Amino acid sequence: MKVDLRINGAIRSADIEPRKTLLDALRENFLLNGTHAGCEHGVCGACTVLVDGEPVRSCLMFAVQADGYEITTIEGLAPAPGELSVIQDAFCETHGLQCGYCTPGMILAAHALLQHTVTPTREDIVEAISGNICRCTGYGQIVEAVEFAADRLRKANTPRPHHDGPHHAHAEGVPAAAADKPVVEAK
Amino acid sequence: MSGLARSRKRASCWRATRDARLIAGGQTLVPMLAMRLARPAKLIDILRLPELAGIREEAGAVVVGATTRQAQAERHPVIRASVPMLARVLPWVGHPPTRNRGTVGGSIANADPSAEIPLVAVTLSADILLATTDGPTSMPTDDFFIGPMLTTIGQGECVSAIRFPVWPHRRIGVGFFEISARRSDFAFVAAAAQVALGDDGSCLDVALGVGGVGDRPLRLDVSSLIGTELDPASVTDAVKAVSSDLDAMSDLHASAAYRRRVASVLCIRALEQARIEAAAKSAGGAR
Repeated sequence: MKVDLRINGAIRSADIEPRKTLLDALRENFLLNGTHAGCEHGVCGACTVLVDGEPVRSCLMFAVQADGYEITTIEGLAPAPGELSVIQDAFCETHGLQCGYCTPGMILAAHALLQHTVTPTREDIVEAISGNICRCTGYGQIVEAVEFAADRLRKANTPRPHHDGPHHAHAEGVPAAAADKPVVEAK
Repeated sequence: MSGLARSRKRASCWRATRDARLIAGGQTLVPMLAMRLARPAKLIDILRLPELAGIREEAGAVVVGATTRQAQAERHPVIRASVPMLARVLPWVGHPPTRNRGTVGGSIANADPSAEIPLVAVTLSADILLATTDGPTSMPTDDFFIGPMLTTIGQGECVSAIRFPVWPHRRIGVGFFEISARRSDFAFVAAAAQVALGDDGSCLDVALGVGGVGDRPLRLDVSSLIGTELDPASVTDAVKAVSSDLDAMSDLHASAAYRRRVASVLCIRALEQARIEAAAKSAGGAR
């Protein structure tokens, strides 16, 4: 089945079997091997990509279902070949990765969070990466990396879109007023 | 083989063929395919059918289209204002990446006994709207959920939307608690409550439900609390009366006795949380 996918801003076409997952298509048809295959049944988060800016598991989506969406993989984050995005650089600086297997998924999940939450709380960060499993770091430095990246992005004067409402309202411990606090754009 | 349905009629025709499965968000079905627990001959993608999408307000109800993404519902102002119990539980459904694909109707059709969305539908006495080859129909949740991952949906039928009742009262509060091995893992026990208070603080209406305990979500009749102030003694008595003989499951994770005990505790906490939330809304005036 001929599929046209918009990946990292470019239209890429391939003849893909309808039963092939987006994960396998990205790796095998488009040679974007930064999207990692972990559990392949939607538990580990290593295969996370952004679909229209929001993180999804590419192993739980067929490539044919991705038609018409904007797909962003880890290869699409760096501003230029050989450079790192602010979040990638923050992961390096704070030792937010060891073996690196979960890292693309972690960085894409963090990227989506920081696109709509300029000043995330620690709880926001933990929730955003809650679907991504890391077996090396113990998560401490990953959370630190996202906090560090958020701080740098706030100072970087880059406008970011945000959702109308709060992204995550938790059932416990968040009074309605706090949950409804508007997201403030960086100036 | 798989196909992308461009119309509901087409989808229904395909669905009527043997061994075809509908796929929307795919957050449960695709893992089952990956593990070869499901081996359908055909997959029919209904995610882009316009008739199944969207959230609309009706008199006394909010109708949530089956293919509404869980993440969309979580952030939707109408859901937050009018079906606060659904908005409250959605952060507990999977993780952000699964909520970005997973649908409200898919969770209903999947009928996992520990899933939060079916629990809300049962607790609030929602109606399940179905698209069938004979046209649209609907049924109460009691007729829809019949067992673990089992519903009365037939071949050629598809969940098209869920109609959640909106309470007319002004002072409404919800409460929700669940116990699982890890955050966002399957709940061993979940309890959801909604209460409406009058200006004098007395209970005008109450709904209570538990998930993960039995083979499907269960609504518990605590209407004896109507007219009380939802004081701890009345709440404890009412909950004990309905939870002591709950038909609970035993498995590797928790015994039936544990589930009954925890259900009772979480029901009391959920009712108390709901009461506090409702009481925080000012008395008097229009809604």
